[in-house]
Amino acid sequence: MTRTLDRPVARRAERKGLSEGKKAERKLGWMLCAPAALVMLAVTGYPIVYSVWLSLQRYDLRFPDQRQFIGIDNYVTVLTNSYWWMAFGVTTLITVISVAIELVLGMALAIVMHRTLVMRGLVRTVALIPYGIVTVVAAFSWRYAWTQDTGYLADLFAPGAALLTERVPALGIIILAEVWKTVPFMALLLMAGLALVPDDLLKAASMDGASAWQRFVKVTVPVMKPAILVALLFRTLDAFRVFDNIFVLTNGAQQTGSVSMQTYNNLIKGLNLGIGSTMSVLIFLAVALIAFLFIKVFGTAAPGGADERKR
Amino acid sequence: MRAARRITAAVCAVALASACGSEESGTTVNVYYSTEENFDQVVAKCTEAAGGRYRIALNTLPREADGQREQMVRRLAAGDSDMDVLGLDVTWVAEFAEAGWIAEWTGADKSAVEDGTLEGPLDTARWTGKLYAAPKNTNVQLLWYRGDLVTQPPSTWAEMLDQARALKAAGKPSTVLMTGAQYEGLVVQFATLVASAGGKILSDDSTRAVVDDGAVRALQALRDLATSPVSSPSLSNAKEDDIRLAFQGGEAAFQLNWPFVYAAMAKANPELASKMKWAPYPSVDQGKAGTVTIGGFNLAVSEYSRHKAEAFEAAKCLRDAESQKYSAINSGVPPTIESVYDDPDLAGPYPMRDAIRAELKRAAVRPLTPAYQTVSTLISTILSPPSSIDPPATADRLRKELQDALDSKGVLP
Repeated sequence: MTRTLDRPVARRAERKGLSEGKKAERKLGWMLCAPAALVMLAVTGYPIVYSVWLSLQRYDLRFPDQRQFIGIDNYVTVLTNSYWWMAFGVTTLITVISVAIELVLGMALAIVMHRTLVMRGLVRTVALIPYGIVTVVAAFSWRYAWTQDTGYLADLFAPGAALLTERVPALGIIILAEVWKTVPFMALLLMAGLALVPDDLLKAASMDGASAWQRFVKVTVPVMKPAILVALLFRTLDAFRVFDNIFVLTNGAQQTGSVSMQTYNNLIKGLNLGIGSTMSVLIFLAVALIAFLFIKVFGTAAPGGADERKR
Repeated sequence: MRAARRITAAVCAVALASACGSEESGTTVNVYYSTEENFDQVVAKCTEAAGGRYRIALNTLPREADGQREQMVRRLAAGDSDMDVLGLDVTWVAEFAEAGWIAEWTGADKSAVEDGTLEGPLDTARWTGKLYAAPKNTNVQLLWYRGDLVTQPPSTWAEMLDQARALKAAGKPSTVLMTGAQYEGLVVQFATLVASAGGKILSDDSTRAVVDDGAVRALQALRDLATSPVSSPSLSNAKEDDIRLAFQGGEAAFQLNWPFVYAAMAKANPELASKMKWAPYPSVDQGKAGTVTIGGFNLAVSEYSRHKAEAFEAAKCLRDAESQKYSAINSGVPPTIESVYDDPDLAGPYPMRDAIRAELKRAAVRPLTPAYQTVSTLISTILSPPSSIDPPATADRLRKELQDALDSKGVLP
């Protein structure tokens, strides 16, 4: 993400005619940045390359003597495996549903926070509380709340049923926990977008007889589109890597495991570095693809998109 | 320098005496073991026995088996030298040995462990013919039944289901309780039934998935129970403690469970406990005694330990006859040393000790393979829920997926 944010700044400098002094200054700037850039490369580049390298081997800590280079066999194994596609489907489902709900609720919350006249600080702080709670802690309280016989939510909505042990209700609870946790984050990003909408524009639209809904759809949403896209992108990438909530709520039982859960199971529980690395590379590719799609397909206005480049 | 020393002294004075004291007064042997009641007493006794040469520190691992294994595996994979003695579930020895994480027992240490220890538990501590751990305690499941309802305990699986059906027809408590949730407990039941039917899951050298005719009959037995009217509605969700509680509730006639239920029942429901009787685990085939798979814990010494000699000595002390007797009486875990069973002190708290010993004599072990974790996860996934088992087809699927697991191609769900 940092890369996409930095780029416009760098380009702007480029466009100005550069004097000798500026050039020297720029060189110094690069040199000052170099150590940080190198560290970044070492801590992000090296693990990525290493896991690609691991993914091309039969490397299982339980059979250390049988380590060997096997090309793309691991990818064939994973991509033809029904467990992987099951987890992939579950992850996609959780991502799409939770992000969609988060967008709607987040927008509502953002408007409330933006428009609040009294006790603005208090309202915003209270709204942000779920985001401030550690995910695992929140996940445990959801789990206890939905536990058969002892949980208050279980008692309220489904007395006598163990919802977390049934697939569809368990997925519902996972999505609920995700939504509850990240709506404030979504709202925060969207609120920044709302601040971009000039009041004059809304007033002008109002003068022209636009209803509140029309003002929202025709004025507010188009103006804040970049903010919406950024929020969606962030959340989709995050949601696709969902782990903590599932780990605590169901531990992947009843086919509720995400791709991250499965990677963890193969890598840490199964000690199969080859298959596990293959999965993490595949997740990396999926996440990269999501980012690419957002920017290329949806986003003429997305950060780094064509629109911004022209500016 | 002097200032620094003064600071160290001050810190030591503030901190727990043990933390700083250990560096001066010698070696600490770190034992990592799962939660077991009163095990700290055994550790204290062995520290005393060391006569000041070393101190044994007990580090309690998480309660759940997966958590225990993950903590040890993660640290051993990184070559952590702070772990000396490891408490391993009987199914982990092959994996840890093959990975080169635990040290082989040789010479006098080896003979001290092998001497007088039951053969079944010893098998779980061996890998490729070498001894890698010392059996600390063992475990076998028994058939627990209501003595007031059942006069003659069933000797075969089919007989058990027939008796239960008859009880149901008579309107009496009739449920047969088994651990059928998707977890290790289901694998234990399956492995027991396969061994009873004379079948095999993996080949002896654990390179091939066999899943033979005996395994198919075991699958049939599981299916028979799961689809029978006397099975519990929550079978596919039941773990050890769930079925213990269900039996305590009085609705069931039979439960297949570990011996811990005896003490728990005596505490929770003394009236029903007096009616609860035990018998050997039922067999699959008529006229053949059932074979059960054993559980329990083994003690191993980490290959990365800096005090291996002391660690071997400490491990031996923690599992010697005296310690095992103490643990059997105070924590209810069955001993691995045969002579302990003859101890008269065991009669009171351990009335079913002869049944346990008899089962141990013809016990089988769960598949011994470094890939056990994957094998077990796949079995429990494929067999869950038990009512969906289709014996020949399920066996084919097991054979294929287990073979992949042995070739490091198995994907854990």
